[in-house]
Parts: sequence; C-alpha cells; structure tokens
Amino acid sequence: MGEVLRHALAIAGKDLRLEFRSRTAFLSALVFTALVLAIFQFARDPTAVSAVDLAPGILWITFCFAGLLGLNRAFALERENRALDGLLLSPASRTALYLGKVLANLVFVGLVEAIALPLFAIFFNVPVLGVLGPLVAVIALATIGFVAVGTLMSSISVSTRFAELMLPVLMLPFLMPPITAAVQMTARIFAGRPFSETIGWLKLLVAYDVAFLVVCILVFEHTIEE
Amino acid sequence: MTAIETAELALRRSRALMVAALALLAAVYVRALAFTPVEATQGPAQKIFYVHVPSAWVAFLAFGVVGVCSVLYLIFKEPRLDRIAAASAEVGVVFTTGVLLTGPIWAKPIWGAWWTWDARLSSTLFLWFLYFAYLVLRTAVREQGQRARYSAVLGILGALLVPFIHLSVKMFRTLHPQPVVMNPEGPTLPGSMLATLLFSLAVMTLLYTGLVWHRYAQAERDEARADSAADDAR
Repeated sequence: MGEVLRHALAIAGKDLRLEFRSRTAFLSALVFTALVLAIFQFARDPTAVSAVDLAPGILWITFCFAGLLGLNRAFALERENRALDGLLLSPASRTALYLGKVLANLVFVGLVEAIALPLFAIFFNVPVLGVLGPLVAVIALATIGFVAVGTLMSSISVSTRFAELMLPVLMLPFLMPPITAAVQMTARIFAGRPFSETIGWLKLLVAYDVAFLVVCILVFEHTIEE
Repeated sequence: MTAIETAELALRRSRALMVAALALLAAVYVRALAFTPVEATQGPAQKIFYVHVPSAWVAFLAFGVVGVCSVLYLIFKEPRLDRIAAASAEVGVVFTTGVLLTGPIWAKPIWGAWWTWDARLSSTLFLWFLYFAYLVLRTAVREQGQRARYSAVLGILGALLVPFIHLSVKMFRTLHPQPVVMNPEGPTLPGSMLATLLFSLAVMTLLYTGLVWHRYAQAERDEARADSAADDAR
C-alpha cells in the first residue's frame, strides 16, 4: 500500500511539474473560468432574477466546464510520443498510475476552483466568507467524485476518435448526481439553512465518491492495456 | 456447418421471432383498445400505459443485460459477451426512445404539459443519454479488443450510475403515480388491466429478445465473413 502511494505521488509530482513549467493548460483553464463567469452575468435578466438565486447554478456549471477542460489534458500528454508506454514499463502498478493521475487532476482542478471562487464572490456579490468552511467541504467532495470518474473517462476518451468531444458526452451523465447534490447543498448553505436540510444530499455525495473511486480503481487497468 | 452458415441460420430464426413478436404486439393493441375497460378518470388517454410501461421495463432489462455482460466480459474476455452487450444497448436505447416519446403524449392530456422534469422522466432521459454515449463510444474505437474493453468499463460504471441518478432525481421531486403492480400490498391495478399489461410486457420482452438476437447474429455473421475473407487472402 505504501509502495502504491509513493508511486502515485511520484506520478502526480511529474504531471504537476510538467504543468507548472509550461502553465499553458492552467492559465487557459483559469481564463476560461473567468470568461464563463463573466458570460453568465449577461445571460440573466438582472432586473428579474437576483444573482444570489442563480449563484449556486452558476458556480457549479462553471466548475464543471473548467474541470472538463483540465481532464482532457491528463492522458493527452501521455499519448503524445507514447509516453504512456514508459509509465507502463515502470514498476508502478496500474492503481498507482490511476491514483497519481487523480491526485494531479485534483490539484489542477482544485487550484482553478480556489482562484475562481473569490472571483465568483466578487462578480456576483455573494458573501462566501461567512460560509467558507461548509462551502469548501462541498466543493472538495464534489470535485473528488468528478475527478475520480473524469480521470478514468479521459483515459478512455484520449484514444478514441474525436477525443475532445467524446469526454463531455461520456462525462456529463456521470456529473448529474454530484452536480445536483452540490448545487442543492450550496443553495442551502448560501440561504443559511440548518445542516439537517443538507444531510441527505451529503450522504448521496459521499456514497457517490466512495462507490466510484473504488470501482474506478478496479476497472482502470482495462482502459490502458496495450 | 461453417460459421457463416450457423450465423445465417440464427439470422433466419431471429427474424422469425421478431415477426412473431410484432404480430403479437398488434394483438396487444387490439386487446388494450377493444377488450380492456376504459380507465375512469383518464379516459382513453390511459391506453398508452400498455405500451409505455412495458417499454420502460424492457429498457431496464436491456441495460441490466449490458451491465452483466460487461462484468462477465472483463472476467472471461469472450468477444460474444461484448456483442450481446452491444446489441442489448442498441435495443435498450430504442425502447428508451419509445418510453420518452409515449411519455409526453400521455403527459400532455393528463398533466397538462409535454415535459415536467418529474423524477422518473428525468432519470429515463439520463438513462438515454448514458447509453447513447455508450453507443457513440463504440463507433469511436476501431480496434475490436479495445472497443470491447472500453465499452465494458463504461457499461459497468453506467450500471453503477443508474441508482445514483434515480436517488438524486427522487430527492429533487416526483410527480409519477406510485407503483400499481410491484406494490408491497399487492397489485392495485384491476385484473383485466393487469392481464393486458402483463401480456404486453411478455410481448415486449419477446420483441427485445428477437431484436437482440438478430443484431447479435448479424455481428456474428460479419465476424465469420471477415475471418473467411482473411483465410482466403492467406
């Protein structure tokens, strides 16, 4: 187990080093996120709908788009020059490879979210500081589920035709439960509702994370057999 | 008998089964329209129930078969399992389309709107998206072994996703009537209506079997032809 974690950390470290030396994907994901947030402002009627009512939906649609952008990158890099073959020849197990990719994606998507959240609070005048704790917890839980499935799907989609189109088509049905849960919880958190009203959604989200993380680890090896 | 001949025979047999199922489907319509009482509050609009509900059940059966074949494929790596999963997903998407088309036709006169985002409606829609994506994925991978592995992985994850979708839409809200057949206190549906429903369900299942068998036999024949062409080339 320690071995797997060490290898996973090494793979995640390699991916993140690669990313932050060029910063292309990170910066474009960031600008894209800011753009989506700005577009949302003009996609609503400010005299009819207050920003706070739309805020949870805006936040999660934005995160969802940003995440999809980041996920395509994880295995696309490995397919170029067949770098994946090198990884498969290394002593790292398939589970370590999957977990490493998940970790790198979590850091990538998490950083984009960490910068997008204050931007969102400023753009839509939503007071997030008072509810930062629960909000971050919801974002973290939803992102884990999203990245667990997304990492597996991107390992499938990169070796298909029309890879960029394939990932959203495969991913979006899987995003429906975590996004619904996250939006519902975010709305209740912003509205200052008691914790008891979010517990059902919280259970659903945690169950989703555990179930998909476990099954994805089990089936991942079948997506990279050469 | 050569592999091609075996496949041709299966094609003829499955075609006969499909024709029989379609003839019986006509009998379902006759029984539902002429020999089943008209529902008291909904009137003739309720007749679509005998197509709508069995289609939904068969769609679930189809996706269940996809899930089971996907798990078995990853264990045994038997290409025939992959072909059954592919055929079942295709036919399942057709039946789901049927559910999604008959649903709004029923909903408009009874609920007053074509589409309501009711829980079961939403989950059926997402089921359709999911297995449509499964079929799209199959067309996007050329190499057969790779296609089978990828589809099996998606088939397993999809089967895992279905209860989660079901739960989340249910927590969102629901408008559908409570179960009238699989009810803990026994069926609440009157006997003659229940008989028509079960008859329709049996026929739809038969139609499903015929369609899946046929698509499977077609895939087998294509495979056999490709093999014999490769042999001739050698």
